[in-house]
Amino acid sequence: MQVPATFQYEKAASVADALALLARYGPEARVVAGGQSLLPMMKLRMAEPTALVDINGLTQLARISVDGDELSIGAIVRHAELLASPVVGEHLPILRDAERLIADPIVRNRGTVGGSLCQADPSEDLSAAFAALRAVLVVESAGGRRNVAIRQFFTGPYETVVEPGELLVEIRVPIRSHASAYQKVERRVGDWPVAAAGAVLELDRDRDRVREVGIGLTSVGAAGFVAAEAEDVLRGRPASEEQFVEAGRIAAQHCNPVSDQRGPEDYKRHLAGVLVTRALRKATARSRGEEA
Amino acid sequence: MQITTTVNGRECTQDVEPRLLLVHFLRDHLGLTGTHWGCDTSNCGACVVWLDAMPVKACTVLAVMADGCDVRTVEGLETESGLDPIQQGFVECHGLQCGFCTPAMLMTGRWLLNHDPDPSEETIREAISGQVCRCTGYENIVRSIRWAAEHGSGAPAAVAEADESAVPGQRSAAEEVRA
Repeated sequence: MQVPATFQYEKAASVADALALLARYGPEARVVAGGQSLLPMMKLRMAEPTALVDINGLTQLARISVDGDELSIGAIVRHAELLASPVVGEHLPILRDAERLIADPIVRNRGTVGGSLCQADPSEDLSAAFAALRAVLVVESAGGRRNVAIRQFFTGPYETVVEPGELLVEIRVPIRSHASAYQKVERRVGDWPVAAAGAVLELDRDRDRVREVGIGLTSVGAAGFVAAEAEDVLRGRPASEEQFVEAGRIAAQHCNPVSDQRGPEDYKRHLAGVLVTRALRKATARSRGEEA
Repeated sequence: MQITTTVNGRECTQDVEPRLLLVHFLRDHLGLTGTHWGCDTSNCGACVVWLDAMPVKACTVLAVMADGCDVRTVEGLETESGLDPIQQGFVECHGLQCGFCTPAMLMTGRWLLNHDPDPSEETIREAISGQVCRCTGYENIVRSIRWAAEHGSGAPAAVAEADESAVPGQRSAAEEVRA
């Protein structure tokens, strides 16, 4: 039987209360919402926080809304809620694609969007999807709020810029186009990806040239979950199959997968390239109304 | 710390350690052993119960997180009028072999039918994709859920009321609190 080590448990009544509790318990305290990553780590004693601050009651962090040309996602929105959201399905198909493939439906009922990002697992799907989307993360502390571009959010495996005493409260995503998609290869349902890639494209008016592009990668050691070199190659070029294959080749060249039980390094590198090309192809087809 | 939960329609108050998992709370504190404890890692899904009407894996939820919440286990499916159609479906279609995954499959199946009274086979397979049947009896599990869909399962199961036997040990817990 796996049982976590002992800890103090506190239920936060508001964001201010959560911040006060985090300040009181210090750097060994952890925030818990869905707990779908943290609790297994605690059971395995890979994490032994001295205190858990439960933010499940902070309903103001549980909303999905459109604010101007941005989508606002509260930190404790559940995966299942993001997947079911009509506004997400309409404007940001990359998030719907990714959510369909994250864990399994029961885990998605509990796990939260903010928890996934703060866990900063190097194989996490939403980190790559939001990196492709150039999301902005709103981090609150007793001193106020700060906005962090997602590409500056991750500092290493399981590490983010969120300091002790701070709380991720909101994820803001620009709604610019319908051209996005996410592609993943996993060994079985609910597993981490062998490799996965997300693509977001802004095309010109004729939909045949790439004005701006975001390419996210996960599980293959891409810095900040981004295939930046592939983005640079594609920007300003035709939205053509040839260019998408080239972007995939560049992405595969610049990522750093490791051989493990999910596959050898060269296989993962090959997959990264193929998945980047597929995601770009699907995103473009969607924007041209050729594919759902 | 003291928590108060409503389990299968009955309120109970207990003193628990913060590190106690919901699955052990249900099994060891309330004696509701219908909720099975399987892999301990959130992979097998044998421990699925409803927390505020949403299926969750009870090995990855703390009991203290259920404070003030409504919990429903397989013991709460049967009503005074008999088996829930989802249970009847598993009887009719031989949906259980060893039975280990069955309570969780029933809870997920019932929840699915509450939200989609006529699910396709694909939808059913997606819904139970995070739950492992060690006998590999998925064919009959899917047929059982379809059977329930075809035999008037559209009405959500009523909350089991006033069935003292539904939650063994709960009455004594309530009495302890009063004392």
